[in-house]
Amino acid sequence: MASRKESGVSSSNTLDSPVKQIQIEGLVVLKIIKHYQEEGQGSEVVQGVLLGLVVEDRLEITNCFPFPQHTEEDADFDEVQYQMEMMRSLRHVNIDHLHVGWYQSTFYGSFVSRALLDSQFSYQHAIEESVVLIYDPIKTAQGSLSLKAYRLTPKLMEICKEKDFSAEGLKKAAVGYENMFEEVPIVIKNSHLISVLLWELEEKSTVPSKHELLSLSSSSSHLEKSLQMLMDRVDDMSQDIVKFNTFSRNTSKQQQQKHQYIQRRQQENTQRQSRGEPPLPEEDISKMFKPPQPPPRMDTLLIAGGLSVVLDKHLIQCDFRTLLIRRYCWFVPE
Amino acid sequence: MKYCPTCRGSCVKLSSSLASTLPPQTSRGRHLTRDFLWKNMAVYGPVVKIHPVVLASIADSYERRNEGATRVIGTILGTIDKHSVEITNCFSVPHNESEDEVAVDMEFAKNMYELHKKVSPSEAIVGWYATGFDITEHSVLIHEYYSREAQNPIHLTLDTTLQNGKMNVRAYVSAQMGVPGKTVGVMFTPLTVKHIYYDTERIGIDLLHTTCASPSRTNGLTSDLAQVGTSAARVQDMLTTVLAYIEDVLSGKVIADNSVGRCLMDLLNKVPFIPAEDFESMLNSNINDLLMVTYLTNLAQAQISLNEKLVVL
Repeated sequence: MASRKESGVSSSNTLDSPVKQIQIEGLVVLKIIKHYQEEGQGSEVVQGVLLGLVVEDRLEITNCFPFPQHTEEDADFDEVQYQMEMMRSLRHVNIDHLHVGWYQSTFYGSFVSRALLDSQFSYQHAIEESVVLIYDPIKTAQGSLSLKAYRLTPKLMEICKEKDFSAEGLKKAAVGYENMFEEVPIVIKNSHLISVLLWELEEKSTVPSKHELLSLSSSSSHLEKSLQMLMDRVDDMSQDIVKFNTFSRNTSKQQQQKHQYIQRRQQENTQRQSRGEPPLPEEDISKMFKPPQPPPRMDTLLIAGGLSVVLDKHLIQCDFRTLLIRRYCWFVPE
Repeated sequence: MKYCPTCRGSCVKLSSSLASTLPPQTSRGRHLTRDFLWKNMAVYGPVVKIHPVVLASIADSYERRNEGATRVIGTILGTIDKHSVEITNCFSVPHNESEDEVAVDMEFAKNMYELHKKVSPSEAIVGWYATGFDITEHSVLIHEYYSREAQNPIHLTLDTTLQNGKMNVRAYVSAQMGVPGKTVGVMFTPLTVKHIYYDTERIGIDLLHTTCASPSRTNGLTSDLAQVGTSAARVQDMLTTVLAYIEDVLSGKVIADNSVGRCLMDLLNKVPFIPAEDFESMLNSNINDLLMVTYLTNLAQAQISLNEKLVVL
C-alpha cells in the first residue's frame, strides 16, 4: 500500500496547543448517540454543547446537552437563553457547567464548512481549550464508533482574528489545507459505578453484539454514497480552480493592457512635446483599469480541507476492506 | 415463620399455614427466593423498556449528589405505547429528605421539562426515578406528585448501594389497596424491565465495555483494524464454544437438546452454496473496485496538494 500522509489534519505529535488529550465519559458518548438517533434522521446535522473541565493538559468532558433544531417557526427562539437556563439548572444538580466545546454530527464526512469554522473560532477565541467533536453516525452503524475531536490550529486562529482572507494573508501565515484543523486524541474513561452498570447490562442484554464490522458486502450503499460525496466535492474544487484560473488570466491581461496604455500615452506625450503642445494630463490609471476581484481564498481552503478529510477516511476504509477481503480469500479454496 | 436454611435467609417469609418447615418448592425444585419471585411474578401493567443512557445518567447524578444526601431522585421521560413504556431520557431534580419530611423542587422539574421538550417534543414525563434499595414512605408522597403530571407514573429504582452485590433496576406502578372507605393504602407492584438498544447504542456500549477491562478504566478509540481483530476473535470464541458443545453431545457427555440442534441447522444453512470459482470471481471483482477507489483517492489527494502549491506561488 502506498504510504498515507495524514493530510488535512496534522498529526497529534506536533501539537503545541494547550490541550493534548481529551477524556470523555461514557455518558457523553451515549447521549450523543441517542440525540442523533432520535432527532437527526431528517436533517443533516444535530448539534449540542459539551460541558466539562480542564485538568492540566487534558480536557475532560463530563456531560453534554443537545441543541434544538433550527426551525423557521421559532423566530423568537433564543438560543443563548436556552443555553443559559440549561446551564443554570444543571449547576443546581452539581453537573459541571463549564462550557468546553460543542459537538456536531456529520453526513459522510462533509463537516468542513464556513459555519463550522466560524463557530469553532468564536468558541476557541472565548475559551482557549475548546474542541468540536464530530460524530459520524453512518460509520458508527458500520461497526466502529467514530468520534473525532478537532481544534483550529493557532495559525488559522490568527487569520480568522484579522479576517484577512485574501491570498496574500494566507500566504503570509503559510496556512495550507493541511494546517487547518488539528485532531486531538480521545480517551474514554468511566467511573467505577458506571463500570458496574456496564457489567450488569452485559449480563442482562438480550440483544447480541453486532458484528457489522465483518460484513463483506460493500454493496451496502455506503461506498457508493461516499464516492458521490467525493465527486461533489471534487466538482466544487474544480469550479473553484477554474475561477482562480480565469482570475489570474484576467489580471495578466489587464496588466498587459495597462502597459500598452502607458506606452501609448508616453508616445503621444513625446509627440506632443515635439509639436509644442501641452502634454495630456496623467490620468489615474488605476481608475481606468479596475483590477478584477480576486476570488475569496478561504472557500478554496475550506473545500480543499474538507476534501482531504473525506479522502483520508475513504482511503482508510478502502484499505481496510481490501485487507479484510484478502484475508477472507485464504479460506475460499478449502 | 421459617426461613429456608439453604438460601441463607433471603427467601420470602411465609406463614406457617401455607408451608411446613421449608418454603414451598416449585415444580423444578427451586426455592422461592425473593429474586425468583421478582422474575416470575404475575405482572399487571406495561413492560418497561429502558435505554442504557438513562441508567448511566442516573448513576452519574448519584455520584454527583449533595453532601449528606443518601439518594437522588429525578424525572424520567419517554414514550408510551399500548403495552409498553419506552424510557429514553431523564434528568435529576434537587430534593431534600429528612426523617419526617421531604421537599422536592417542583419549579425546577417543570423548567427542565420545558427545556427538554424544545429538543425532543415527542418525549413526555412517564414517571420518576430514585436510587436506593427499597421504597420508603417519602416515595409515596413523591409518587403522588408525579401522578399529577403523568397518568399512571412509573417508579424506577436503581440500586446504587449494590445490595446483593448487584445493581438492580426495578420498575413499579402504584395500585390502590386496602379496604375501600376505610384505610386505603398504596402498593407498588413490580413490572418487567427490559433493556433495549438502538444499533449504534449497542456498538457504543460494546466500546465502553472495553474500558472495564483496563486497570485505569480508560480506553482509546481503537483503529479500524484493531476492531476487526477483536470482532473476529469474538466470532472465533463463539465457534469454539459451539464446537466443544457438539463434541460433548457426540461423545454422550451432554444430552442433546433439540432446540440447540435446530439452531445449529439454521446456522449451517445460512452459509450460501456457491461453487468455488464463482466465489473467487466475486471476491476479485470486489477487490478490483476497492483498488480503483484507492487509486482515485490517491489521485485526488495529489491533485489538491499540487493545486495548493501552484496557488501559493
